[in-house]
Amino acid sequence: MINKTVSNVSEACKGVKDGMTFMLGGFGLSGIPENAIAELVALNVKNVTCISNNAGVDDFGLGLLLQKRQIKKMISSYVGENAEFERQMLSGELEVELIPQGTLAQRCKAAQSGIPAFYTPAGYGTEVAEGKESREFNGKMHIMEKAFKADFAFVKAWKGDEAGNLIFKGTARNFNPNMCGAANITVAEVEELVPVGTLDPNHIHIPGIFVQRIFKGARYEKRIEQLTVRKRDQ
Amino acid sequence: MSLSKEQIAQRIAKEVKNGYYVNLGIGIPTLVANFVRNDIEVEFQSENGVLGMGPFPYEGEEDPDLINAGKQTITALPGASFFDSATSFSMIRGQHVDLTILGAMEVAQNGDIANWKIPGKMVKGMGGAMDLVASAENIIVAMMHTNRAGESKLLKKCGLPLTGVNCVKKIVTNLAVLEIVDGKFKLLEKAPGVSIEDIKAATEGDLIVEGDIPEMNL
Repeated sequence: MINKTVSNVSEACKGVKDGMTFMLGGFGLSGIPENAIAELVALNVKNVTCISNNAGVDDFGLGLLLQKRQIKKMISSYVGENAEFERQMLSGELEVELIPQGTLAQRCKAAQSGIPAFYTPAGYGTEVAEGKESREFNGKMHIMEKAFKADFAFVKAWKGDEAGNLIFKGTARNFNPNMCGAANITVAEVEELVPVGTLDPNHIHIPGIFVQRIFKGARYEKRIEQLTVRKRDQ
Repeated sequence: MSLSKEQIAQRIAKEVKNGYYVNLGIGIPTLVANFVRNDIEVEFQSENGVLGMGPFPYEGEEDPDLINAGKQTITALPGASFFDSATSFSMIRGQHVDLTILGAMEVAQNGDIANWKIPGKMVKGMGGAMDLVASAENIIVAMMHTNRAGESKLLKKCGLPLTGVNCVKKIVTNLAVLEIVDGKFKLLEKAPGVSIEDIKAATEGDLIVEGDIPEMNL
């Protein structure tokens, strides 16, 4: 067994520097690497580029890095939940690249898989296609999109073992598996860290080969963005 | 009387057929799930990674690890599955999803749609909408016929930045059901109590009205 465990979040974030590009898993606030984000805030790294589907809310998730003006550029598909984000974007303080969600996922997956570029129909004929090569396949127009390049990927899983094997839960899975192995160093934080041999190999979502460092997150708030419920009698 | 948002969703629910996998966008489309007939088998896909999405959870049973694309807490029905974002968009781009229902700010008579950005004012992003409209065979737009300023949202040409080109097939608004045919809006049905003149007045794009136009059956 190749042991990927590190003792805590500060060890997991060793090597993080100003100006780097980070991938961060999560959809909305579900499945975000809460502990790594808290550490990036504490380390006060500046001028970073973040690849993440969303930008958190004002006081949680990536919103915490935005508050401290640590982010130079965001690459996301949807950022509607964050007033501070909108303010920084409209005032020009924050550089923003909005891209289709499926393209974002596939650009991660391409980086993970050693595929430098791919064609997708998403965004053809829109401003997303500007400056990109376009080409017809089977009578339909597509645009070329390139694999991301990133220094660190910060992902969050439900369970993991010392070898870095990961299992995700529910829709907290989202972009996390696609970002594993898509950056130079993948840091996985888990709610439950177990010894090797504990997890059934049939149930592993991401093999440890895609993960360089794994640690148990000290604390999870798991904030709910939109609480929607029904009454018992309905 | 023009339709309420719930009634628009109720009308669209009639387009959902047995055996369909359906992706519902945020807003009016989300309401469609409430009106689908009980005697057909349909699975709802949410692009953040669930197929077989169920209703909202009972109070106290909400799970932060189980949400829909609108970030609302949901449940998973028996037979549901979870998957990563790349797999989710393989379902969408690979045309495994049968029907996409989404909202729009503008639709043009050639099937162009705009729904993600108002330059200088509102930039929320396209989310999964560009992937959905670029690939789906069957797209229904759910929206109000006019915007808050009373201006038509069914146009000759979109003014806002596009989400996709030549992709919308059908539109259900508070006034009418329309289809894109030969680069024009063809009127299929009118809302109860709404006249053809009302629909003409609210439609900036070219409108085809042929024969008797039936009233919507909700």
